[in-house]
Amino acid sequence: MTYSFQFRDVFAAWEFMLEGLVLTLELSLVTMAVGLAIGLAGAAARVYGATWLKRTVAVYVETIRNTPLIVQLFLIFFGLPSAGLKFDAGTAAMIALSINLGAYSIEIIRAGLEAIPRSQIEAGQSLGLTPVQIYRYVIIFPALKMMFPALSSQFVLLMLATSVVSQISAQDLFHMASIIQSRTFRDFEVYIVVAAAYLVLALLFRLAFACIYHLVFARR
Amino acid sequence: MIRELSFIDVLYLIAATRWTLALTAIAFLGGGIVGLTVALLRVSSFLPLRWLGAIYVHAVQGTPLLAWLFVFFFGLSIFGFTVSPWLAAAAAYSIYAGAFLGEIWRGCLQAIPRTQWEAGASLGLGFTQQLRYIIVPQALRLAIPPTVGFLVQLIKNTSLAAVIGFIELTREGQLTTATTFRPFTVYLIVAAIYFALCFPLTQWSRRLERRLHVAR
Repeated sequence: MTYSFQFRDVFAAWEFMLEGLVLTLELSLVTMAVGLAIGLAGAAARVYGATWLKRTVAVYVETIRNTPLIVQLFLIFFGLPSAGLKFDAGTAAMIALSINLGAYSIEIIRAGLEAIPRSQIEAGQSLGLTPVQIYRYVIIFPALKMMFPALSSQFVLLMLATSVVSQISAQDLFHMASIIQSRTFRDFEVYIVVAAAYLVLALLFRLAFACIYHLVFARR
Repeated sequence: MIRELSFIDVLYLIAATRWTLALTAIAFLGGGIVGLTVALLRVSSFLPLRWLGAIYVHAVQGTPLLAWLFVFFFGLSIFGFTVSPWLAAAAAYSIYAGAFLGEIWRGCLQAIPRTQWEAGASLGLGFTQQLRYIIVPQALRLAIPPTVGFLVQLIKNTSLAAVIGFIELTREGQLTTATTFRPFTVYLIVAAIYFALCFPLTQWSRRLERRLHVAR
């Protein structure tokens, strides 16, 4: 093997990486918040809603979960403009990722909701709690606690999946890698460094989720 | 040149689906071999081997699949190989699927009570014999529903191979869009084909899982 690794050029372009990292973090955090909101509302609708509402949510969940993210992204970014809806790459990415994560969150939280015994809800009713209070205190809290591991690993997978938005030229970390690659021609080194950056991010997210779990759920 | 989107394009898209399926099959085969190794490493009684398995799983599950595709597509060529999209995709997907399948199968192996291993040992069976005659037959039953579920993930994720020029369903969709300039319709058809592939598998996996719970 005659190849000599040169990481210097890659690290010299750290400003690009930082810029990309900011968008990757932004996309991840916003999508997680929106995805969780969709998940909470959608799962409630899926379990306790009227029949038509249940069906609608089920169709949404199944459609999203059985098609690839990149196709959803292309549909929104390249397809919707012909229907008169035009987004810039960052917005399209955020919409596609939120819709995607929302569907997965609904499915995970739904499983948590269905695991709450009926008697718990009845106990809440007999204490005179309103339906909203019951959902907030009796159902959602234990359900989230139970489903927290599944939910947080789905969130980490989403963070990694944000790399796909580079394909509609949103300027995330992965897109910046291809820019650095075209400037330095150091293909292998660039992608190794970027992969390592994602690995560190994934570990940090896992750590953050573990902290959240201990702060919010562990002692109750 | 821009031309009208016609029925023949739909047929081309359906024809390109076979490459999606072929890549899924290769990834499942390669991933199965890697996954089996990882699962065995992670239940072995030798601590460094368990660590090795754990490091592999965490490294792969902590990096994007896209990065693996690019590393193999651009990276292997510096060692003097000519890398076709096929080879790069096969390698990247085997590594990716291996980590997830390994983790699924480890869970299934560990779900079998410790006492079953001990019963095997007390009958005088060695580690491989315990695994072969006692643990695997029971774990296999547990493993089928989540494995089918992961197959759905794999089919969907083969779409990422489009970015290194591997011609499968998504790439064919991009090419069709380029000539017909009807992205909305084309990607809708592409999504529908993926749905037709994945939805039956999802339902099947769910049915298998329900049957498993009834049996226990």
